[in-house]
Amino acid sequence: MVNDHTILPLTLQEIMVKRRGKHILGPVSLTLQGTGISVVVGPNGGGKTTLLRAMHGLDRISAGHKAWAVSDAQAHVAQSFVFQAPIMMRRNVRDNIAYPLVLRGVNRRDARAAADVWAARVGLGSAVLRAATVLSGGEKQKLALARALVTAPQVLFLDEPCANLDGHATQEIEAILHAACADGTRIVMSTHDLGQARRLADEVLFVHAGQVVEILPAAAFFAGPASAQAAAFLNGDLVL
Amino acid sequence: MSDIADGFATAARLVVSLDAELIEITLRSLYVTLSATAVASVIGLPLGAWLAITRFPGRRYVIAMLNALMGLPPVVVGLIVYIMLSRSGPFGVLGLLFTPTAMIIAQVIIITPLVASIAHQAMRELWADYHDLLISLHASRRQRIATLVWDGRRTLLTAQLAGFGRGIGEVGAIMIVGGNIDNATRVLTTAISLETGRGEFALALALGFILIGLAVVVNLCIHVLSRTEQGSRW
Ligand SMILES: Nc1ncnc2c1ncn2[C@@H]1O[C@H](COP(=O)(O)OP(=O)(O)O)[C@@H](O)[C@H]1O
Ligand SMILES: [Mg+2]
Repeated sequence: MVNDHTILPLTLQEIMVKRRGKHILGPVSLTLQGTGISVVVGPNGGGKTTLLRAMHGLDRISAGHKAWAVSDAQAHVAQSFVFQAPIMMRRNVRDNIAYPLVLRGVNRRDARAAADVWAARVGLGSAVLRAATVLSGGEKQKLALARALVTAPQVLFLDEPCANLDGHATQEIEAILHAACADGTRIVMSTHDLGQARRLADEVLFVHAGQVVEILPAAAFFAGPASAQAAAFLNGDLVL
Repeated sequence: MSDIADGFATAARLVVSLDAELIEITLRSLYVTLSATAVASVIGLPLGAWLAITRFPGRRYVIAMLNALMGLPPVVVGLIVYIMLSRSGPFGVLGLLFTPTAMIIAQVIIITPLVASIAHQAMRELWADYHDLLISLHASRRQRIATLVWDGRRTLLTAQLAGFGRGIGEVGAIMIVGGNIDNATRVLTTAISLETGRGEFALALALGFILIGLAVVVNLCIHVLSRTEQGSRW
């Protein structure tokens, strides 16, 4: 599963995304490289989700150019995406986590063994035989994380992974993300929780009105963002 | 009132004594409708899944057609199959008219749209749930269908049940293409129809109770089967 080649950098040149004939993102140009955690912040409806989906290849870009350092096919197997509302397959926890491996042709027994390892790592070790659909919100998101990490991705996208979770579950998820980052996984996640951004971010992308308004190292961003909109956002003011 | 009481009494006697004719008729009913359900499943379940996840021009019309076919009057299906299989029809040489095979063919035509339509509905909901995940994981078309069919197997079982239910109680088509021939094509529904026509209400009722009991037992069996296989609720 692990690619020999590093798929980064990801280069976006003037990409745009349209939905039902309406521009909702772009033009965006940026380069994603290096290591660590990039956090996408900005007001609701600004385009955070759309940006992540476009990077991962879930939403078609209508204009511009997107390229990984390797072919799209190679790049794809080295990425995972965790959705804001975790998608629970109607299977037990073990088979949910094993599913991406099975899709890639790993035999079922090895896939399940790997799933058990990851279930234990995210704290679901005693729940492997439970139906995924009856888990609590925090457990579902941990399952989604395990399922994303079981393929040992080089790049992990997460869309507001802790929305609607309590503090305890959020803390557990953040610990898993820290560990994944330490293992060398490049993480790109969105959040509207500035506290979470402060705790996790090495780099901040501020997205507003379909534009990536600025990209700064986290320390610099929180010390004083360049744009008036980002300053207003950090202040808790309405961003216009 | 006494007709119903007689019906119960006769039914009980027939069942307890394992009446040979009754068992033969019941087994033939099961054979015809289970075969038809199996064939309808092989066609209808993948068709429903495929319609749920594939976009192609005219897809809406195929779905509308499927829903319209669900309402096909069995008598008309029987008539058309009869014409096709009759000596002068295109498939006359096969000599299938008035055989259980003809009855199975007619029931497949009646049941398949129902099975496909329910499967389509179920698969569409599941596909809406799974869509982003399966796209993100780059599942191939075959893998998508396999995943939806496997994870939706309970609802697909429901589709099969509905198909079986429609078939086991159907009389119009199998009467025409089967002919209700004693020892050859007589099944529960056609036998009931015959006995009622003869004024043998007690026997007709007895057969009716058996038909209902059969439907209940098969439903329970499948229900229990899916329970033990799953072990937990979704
Ligand atoms: N399916 C859709 N159809 C039309 N517009 C959409 C759709 N999804 C999102 N949008 C619009 O795209 C914009 C960006 O949305 P999104 O990326 O979800 O923002 P965020 O994640 O920052 O809240 C919003 O204006 C939203 O209304
Ligand atoms: Mg969003």
